[in-house]
Amino acid sequence: MARRLLTSLATIAVAMTLTFVLIRQMPGDIVHQWAVQLQMQQGISYEQARLQAAAMINYNPDIGLFEQYFSYLGGLLTGNLGLSLTYRIPVSLVLVQALPWTLLVTTLATFLSFVVGCGLGLLGALRRQSLLDPLLTLYATLSQALPPFLIGLLLLLVFGIGLEWLPMRGNYTPDVEPGLNLPFLLDVALHAVMPVMAFALPAMGDWALAMKASATSVLGEDYLHVARARGLKPRRILLRYLGRNSMMPLVPSLATALGSALGGSMLVEAIFGYPGLGFFLAQAIDRRDYPLMQGIFLISTMGVVLFNLAGELVLARLDPRLRR
Amino acid sequence: MSALRTLARNRRALLGLLGLVFFLLMALLGPELLPLDRMPDPDRRFEPPSLTHLLGTDYAGRDTLVQLVHGSRDIIQISFFTGFFAVLLALAVGLTAGLLGGWIDGVLTALTDVFLTVPQFPVMAILAALMRVGDPVTFGLVLGLWAWPGLARSLRSQVRALREREFIEAARVMALSPTWILTRELLPNLVPLIGVYFIRVARDAITVSVGIMLLGLVPLKVENWGMMLNMATFQSGALYVPRAWAYLLSPLVAIVAFQFCLIRLASGVEELVDPRLRRQA
Repeated sequence: MARRLLTSLATIAVAMTLTFVLIRQMPGDIVHQWAVQLQMQQGISYEQARLQAAAMINYNPDIGLFEQYFSYLGGLLTGNLGLSLTYRIPVSLVLVQALPWTLLVTTLATFLSFVVGCGLGLLGALRRQSLLDPLLTLYATLSQALPPFLIGLLLLLVFGIGLEWLPMRGNYTPDVEPGLNLPFLLDVALHAVMPVMAFALPAMGDWALAMKASATSVLGEDYLHVARARGLKPRRILLRYLGRNSMMPLVPSLATALGSALGGSMLVEAIFGYPGLGFFLAQAIDRRDYPLMQGIFLISTMGVVLFNLAGELVLARLDPRLRR
Repeated sequence: MSALRTLARNRRALLGLLGLVFFLLMALLGPELLPLDRMPDPDRRFEPPSLTHLLGTDYAGRDTLVQLVHGSRDIIQISFFTGFFAVLLALAVGLTAGLLGGWIDGVLTALTDVFLTVPQFPVMAILAALMRVGDPVTFGLVLGLWAWPGLARSLRSQVRALREREFIEAARVMALSPTWILTRELLPNLVPLIGVYFIRVARDAITVSVGIMLLGLVPLKVENWGMMLNMATFQSGALYVPRAWAYLLSPLVAIVAFQFCLIRLASGVEELVDPRLRRQA
C-alpha cells in the first residue's frame, strides 16, 4: 500500500512538472499583456502590475527557473491554478462548475454499464448453450471497435437529429430555472441520456465478458453444491452465493473504470457540447488557454489517481487474504 | 508455415487478416487508381451515393470515396508507427528492468506505473496539439510515447520468469554471451506477447488519433478519416443534413471496420500462441 501511495504521489508530481514545462511554452508575453491591462484599470506602476499579473496567472517569467518552479508549485498547493485566458476568471472557478457535470455523467454511465453488464454476464454463464453466449462475445468485440465518441455520434444522429427525441447539446435548457425542482431535474436527466449511453454502451460488453468468466469459475466451486444440498432457495443461491462472489473480483476495476472515464471524457463531451471537464479541456487546447489546460489536466490526473487508490482499498477490504 | 495454416483455419482471424490486407491494398494502390481532386463543386454538395459518386459527396461537392481511400494512408501509417514506437520503448524499459533487476528495476517499474496512470487521451491530445503534429511519423511518436507501459510491464515479468528457467540457466552454464542469450533464447519467447500488443496499440492509435483530429487539434489534410469526421460533425453542418448521411458515415464505418479486423487478428494470434484458448473458439 505504501508503494501505491508513493507511485500516486509521483504521478501527481510528474503531471505538475509536465504542466509547468507546458506553460513555459506559452507563445507571446502573456504576463506583459495582463500587466498593461491591470495598469490601465488600476492606475498602478508597471512593476506592481506585472507582479500582480504573474500571481494571477501563477507564472512568473521574471525570476530564475528554479524559483519559478517552486513558486508555481506553491501556487498550486494554495489552490492558485491561475487565470483562464479565454474566460478571464480563475481556473478553479471553471473547474468547480465543470467537475460536477463530468462526475454526473461518468459515474452514472459506469454504474449503469456495470450493473447491466454483470447481469448479462451472469445470465451468459448460467445459459452457456443458449444464443446469448455468442451474442455477448460479438457485442463485446463490436463495442471494442466502437469507441464512446463514435457511439455518441451515432446516437446523436439517430435520437437527436433523426427522431428528435432527445436534446442534442448542453447540460440543461437555458430557460429552465436551475434548482431542486422537477422540471429542472427532468431536463438535466434528459440531457444526460445520450452522453451516459455513449459511455455505457461500449463498456457493458467488457463487463459482461469479465462477469461471465468470473461466474463460470465460481459455478465450479464446492460451496455452491453445498448450498444446493442444504436446500437453499435458488434465488438466494443465485444472488448471494453466485452473484456476489463472482462480482467481487470486478469491483476494483470499477474504480479504475471511473478514473479512465474521467480522463476520456473529452470527446463525448465535445460531441454533445456537454460543459464538463473534457469539453473545457478540448476548448482550452484549441484556444491555447494554457492555465485552463493545466488546471483540468491536473485535476483529471488527481481524479484518476484517487480512483485507482480507492480501487486498491476496496480490493483489500473485500479480499480477506489481503487483510493483514 | 504451420503457424499460418493454424491462423487460416481460424475463420475469425482469417477474416481479420483478409480485411487488413484489403485496407493495406487500399492505402497502397487506391490513391493511384483514384486521383484526388480537391476542386470544390458547390452544385454537388452533400450528394447521396450514386453511380458517379459511390459514397456521395462532401460539403464542397467532392467525392467521398476518393477522400476515404487517400485518407487510409495516414491512418495506417499513424497506427503502425504508434505500435512501432510503443514496442521499441517497451522493449527498452521492460528488458532493462527485467534483466538488470535491483534499484534500476525499481525505478523503471515506478516510471511505468506513472506513465500508466497519467490520463492518456488528454496528455496525447495536448502534446499533439502543442507540437502541431502534421505528419504520421511524429503523430505515431507522440502517441507511442504514452502507449508503451502495458507491454513494458508484461515484458518485465516475463523476462523475470524466464530468467529462472532451465534453458536459460543451461545457456549461462555453457558460457554463452549475454547478447546470444538475449537474442537467441529470450526474445523468441517474447515475440508472441509483443505481436499481440503491437496490434492492440495500433488499434488504440486509430481511435485516439481520429479523436484528436475530430476535435480539430492537429493540422492535417482534409482527406484524413479523422478530419473528415471533424468536418462532417463540427465544421460543415453535414450532421444536420439528412442527405449527407453517406459523407458522415463513410469514415465512421471505415474506422470501425479497420479496428474490427485488427481485433480479430489479435485474438487469432493469441489463440495461435496459447492453445488453451483454442477450444473456446
